[in-house]
Amino acid sequence: MPAFGSFALLIALALSGYNLLAGAVALRQLATGRRGWISPEKLAETARRAGIASFFATLCAAFALVWAALTNDFSVAYITEHSNRALPTAYKFAALWSGQEGSLLLWAFLLSAYGFVLRVRHKVDVKLTAYASTILAGIQVFFLLLVNVTATPFSLVTGAVPPDGNGLNPLLQYPEMVIHPPMLYLGYVGFSVPFAFALGALMMRYPGEKWIHITRRWTMVTWLFLTVGIFLGMHWAYSVLGWGGYWGWDPVENASLMPWLTGTAFLHSVMMQEKRGMMKSWNVWLIFSTFMLAILGTLLTRSGLVSSVHAFAQSAIGTWFWVFLVITLAICLFAYILNRDHLKSEHKLESLVSRESSFLFNNLVLLAACFTVLWGTLFPVLSEYVQGNRVTVSAPFYNRVAVPIGVFLLFLTGIGPLLAWRSTSFKSIRKNFVVPAIVGLVVAVAIIPLGVHPWTIFTTDGQGAFYAWITFAMAAFVATAIFAEFFRGGRVIQQKSGQSLLTSMVELTRRNTRRYGGYIVHFGIVLIFVGISGQAFNQSHEQTMNYKQSFVLGPYTVECLDYSQDSNPNYDTEFALLNVYRSGHLVTKLSPELRVYASSGQPSTIVANHSTLAWDLYVIYAGKDPATGQPVIKAFLNPLVAWIWIGLIVTIIGTGIALVPNLSAAIAAQRHRVTAPPEPVPAGTAGH
Amino acid sequence: MRRLTQFAILPLVMVLCVVTQGSADTEARYQSLGHRLMCVCGCSQILIECNHVGCPDSDRMLGELRAAVDMGGTNDAILGSFQDKYGPTALAAPMLTKFNIVAWVVPPAFLVLGLAGTFLLVKKWRLRTATMPVVADDPESNDLRERIRKETEV
Repeated sequence: MPAFGSFALLIALALSGYNLLAGAVALRQLATGRRGWISPEKLAETARRAGIASFFATLCAAFALVWAALTNDFSVAYITEHSNRALPTAYKFAALWSGQEGSLLLWAFLLSAYGFVLRVRHKVDVKLTAYASTILAGIQVFFLLLVNVTATPFSLVTGAVPPDGNGLNPLLQYPEMVIHPPMLYLGYVGFSVPFAFALGALMMRYPGEKWIHITRRWTMVTWLFLTVGIFLGMHWAYSVLGWGGYWGWDPVENASLMPWLTGTAFLHSVMMQEKRGMMKSWNVWLIFSTFMLAILGTLLTRSGLVSSVHAFAQSAIGTWFWVFLVITLAICLFAYILNRDHLKSEHKLESLVSRESSFLFNNLVLLAACFTVLWGTLFPVLSEYVQGNRVTVSAPFYNRVAVPIGVFLLFLTGIGPLLAWRSTSFKSIRKNFVVPAIVGLVVAVAIIPLGVHPWTIFTTDGQGAFYAWITFAMAAFVATAIFAEFFRGGRVIQQKSGQSLLTSMVELTRRNTRRYGGYIVHFGIVLIFVGISGQAFNQSHEQTMNYKQSFVLGPYTVECLDYSQDSNPNYDTEFALLNVYRSGHLVTKLSPELRVYASSGQPSTIVANHSTLAWDLYVIYAGKDPATGQPVIKAFLNPLVAWIWIGLIVTIIGTGIALVPNLSAAIAAQRHRVTAPPEPVPAGTAGH
Repeated sequence: MRRLTQFAILPLVMVLCVVTQGSADTEARYQSLGHRLMCVCGCSQILIECNHVGCPDSDRMLGELRAAVDMGGTNDAILGSFQDKYGPTALAAPMLTKFNIVAWVVPPAFLVLGLAGTFLLVKKWRLRTATMPVVADDPESNDLRERIRKETEV
């Protein structure tokens, strides 16, 4: 099977290389009008088919690695390092992305899968897709070179084949780890598609905004994958790492956040180009940056340039990424300089108080947030270069610098959609803003007696509560503004149709899924902000506990019922059984664990969490007191965390709605399919 | 005048109370400073959040932090002593000294300059818009925009 996998990778590289070269030659011939011994249309078609075939070759390679893991083929060095016999099957499958070589193979596979869909659906625009397909093939060649030359997943072990493997990192043996990395990679890799379309459209001086229309769904789906990937990672960190938090501002986390921020900016600013023909250069560079940030993030975390808690081996792979990044930047710059006159805006901003300017400020703030994250990630390297010593840039830096930017962004989320295109009158501002502003102010005052004190801004370390206060008020403002939009539109339909208000709101959403789906996404983001703000009020308690001993944390009393230990072939475990009471009533039983894995000898905490809408009671088994042998229990009371995950679900629903065609558009398309005669195949594209 | 002075002093006293209350709470200071230090065992975790089983450093460092807070030194002095003993990577964020100031100043400066630049750009565009002739639009793009307008408006 390793030989089959290696061969499949080699074939995939050859096919992608052909796709790149033949595609480039064909497009050059089409652009210059020169013709070779084979027509450019036919050459482009062979390139497209080679691209499709490369997907099947990469699929075979991925299958070979998974098969090697499932069948415990320890002749493959990668499988020896990342699997063992006692590993449950689902985690053996996850071995595909648990190490450097496998994750690069996954990247190559997902890229070829995206390319496959794009090439199969080429009739949407044959020429533009040919450009995008060739650019994707270039990216694919890079990743296939990596897995064929420097990070080969099918390398064989030297000497005798070991009877068992080292096993999967214990921290990765968690159900979410089976889906978090593929989601994240689907996000990273997915941005290659709008990038390829943008670069292709620029190179061929594509008229109009159709390329944005073609890639809109790609971009939204990709953005959704990245969002889900990031939040699954947060949930995994919260549930597995056992330090009581979900985001540690680690370089690997930052690497995923940066393309998300620029991708979000792109999703907003393309609307300016679609609607008003503005910000064309800006949009092109936003999507270029998003793609390059995804590559830069990978470079930063795998080259050893910055240190991270994540466990990717550091290797010479960084040089490859540097070269690729420089080549990509050079091609983008070259294409832009040659064709920048094609990107002239058709309109200019007419007013500071308009939807356009709110998009502009939203983009600026998202970019500032991205820059802050990049700056914080790279500052240790800069410090070493300038001062001769590394410094750490962690949570306190981001809490002080990035949080205010985030709050400003939340504010823009509220006001942006309420402004009209071109210019907004004072009357319209008053009509749209008065009620949300009043609700925001009422909430700001109402939460003070509940302990959210804005004046903590004056204390040495109390800014968290101040930012929480301002976020809650802002969240109320934004949520009211969103609800008011639904209410106003729903009322109009209700008056015309006589339906109930709720049904009218549903119909309103169906009539304009993109707009109202977007509002639902904004509401999800508001909930996420509320959930994150709860962090300012976290409490914790640590205690060695004997039978029947208890402690109080917030409204809960935690009592130790028992503690014991157990064993299975994969790990040994120590655990405690805890009763949790509230107002004298038993509300739940928790059982935090400490596992020590047999193959690696590594310990891993299994968190016990009692989650409610108000707070999480998050308990870990921190170890044994060496003197008494009794368990050391650490408990955190983390307010509002559940709202982060609820916010994510709302965001997914909103994005899903925005991806569905409008009711009227769907009906029109159906009518068109019924009445329209079949379209003739244009000359020169037969067989494409 | 006397009443005016009272009104002026009252908020000042309140602010001072709040500030001194924050620094007087030893446990809160311990927690806060624990979040501003890193464990030096190589786990890259905030000191007070380090949950390594058998970590060789975090318990000792937390003990030293507890002692330093009990002795009543200022936050900067305590953080400085940890930096001297364990190196600059022991601080979770650089202190406001020498080159490290750059770390704190550049991101807000980026945002402020960006905002200022955007204001100027919009102002320039508005002036230009007033004198610009009407652009003849591409009919194909207009059709597409009309479709988009219908899709995105009620």
